[in-house]
Amino acid sequence: MVELALPKNSQITEGKVWPKPAGATNLREYRVYRWNPDDGRNPRIDTYYIDIDDCGPMVLDGLLYIKNKIDPTLTLRRSCREGICGSCAMNIDGTNTLACTKGMDEINGAVKIYPLPHMPVVKDLVPDLTNFYAQHRSIEPWLKTVSPTPAKEWRQSHEDRQKLDGLYECILCACCSTSCPSYWWNGDRYLGPAVLLQAYRWLIDSRDEATGERLDNLEDPFRLYRCHTIMNCAQACPKGLNPARAIGEIKKMLVERRL
Amino acid sequence: MDMRTPLGKVRGLGSAKEGTEHFWRQRLTAVANVPLLIFFVFFVARYAGAPHADLVAALSNPFVAVIMGLVVTSALVHMRIGMQVIIEDYVHAEGAKIALLMLNTFFAILVGGLCLFAILKIAFAG
Repeated sequence: MVELALPKNSQITEGKVWPKPAGATNLREYRVYRWNPDDGRNPRIDTYYIDIDDCGPMVLDGLLYIKNKIDPTLTLRRSCREGICGSCAMNIDGTNTLACTKGMDEINGAVKIYPLPHMPVVKDLVPDLTNFYAQHRSIEPWLKTVSPTPAKEWRQSHEDRQKLDGLYECILCACCSTSCPSYWWNGDRYLGPAVLLQAYRWLIDSRDEATGERLDNLEDPFRLYRCHTIMNCAQACPKGLNPARAIGEIKKMLVERRL
Repeated sequence: MDMRTPLGKVRGLGSAKEGTEHFWRQRLTAVANVPLLIFFVFFVARYAGAPHADLVAALSNPFVAVIMGLVVTSALVHMRIGMQVIIEDYVHAEGAKIALLMLNTFFAILVGGLCLFAILKIAFAG
């Protein structure tokens, strides 16, 4: 059966309350998920207070404040700090999003931060996305052609290029896939919204010549049809994309080719 | 210990190359169920509390009997494939999953058989 409760060794306990920064008058409370694979303990929620007069406005700024000034053991991924690399995807205030583009002022009360849901945790806020990346690899996200390669370039009309808008912007942060209950329950076989959006991006690329093969590989009760249009993906996407629509379009293509 | 590569695990047994038939049939029966169930609800409301003879007479009308047969068939096909999705979503043990999928089909066919027999019996024998 699907696991609806956390296993015993994953149940979250109350952690440490770290001292408030000395002399700070404007404090913001952060409650952060901590888990260390080396200490054999259950995950816990540590409480930190950051001085918002000495810190940038984004949730990521607060996390880096903690790491730099309070607790250097806090582990997280981050890179570009402007919403283009997708590294700092995490569950903030109950929604999967990017810590670098989520403002602290968008959150009421304490800032509660967990790793992306239902993924194995490497440490603290770092999830193991190996399966997610392998799924992306499995849809062969590159141009596939059999016609002789043109001397200059594969040409595409402006209208056909426009069909990729709303798809090419995906940064594979995994916010959508890890917000999807179908992906939680069947992530080993269901490709999930992010990968299916990427699959659709190649299906409707006018330059690609492998559309039929791509559809063959997706036509599967688990790979594609676990999507029950729950729409958490569209709700979560920090780039404002709509993976559910892309999945609907793939289903339409599969119906279209048999009617 | 599983030493397959991540890509090997994801590719697994490959694509089943089906599922669209199931998807299409679910939509088809959903559309069919709209008028059929509206008729059914009106019929039940109209004959609730009516004498037995009135109901038998109504069900003996060929139009009503055929529609009732279609209500049962379309709704049960829709129910069976909907339930199949729920089982596949939540039951992961291979043995239990197959047993439940079989029971699901048997249950729908059994209910369908009983309902159709009842409709035909009332329609033809009163």
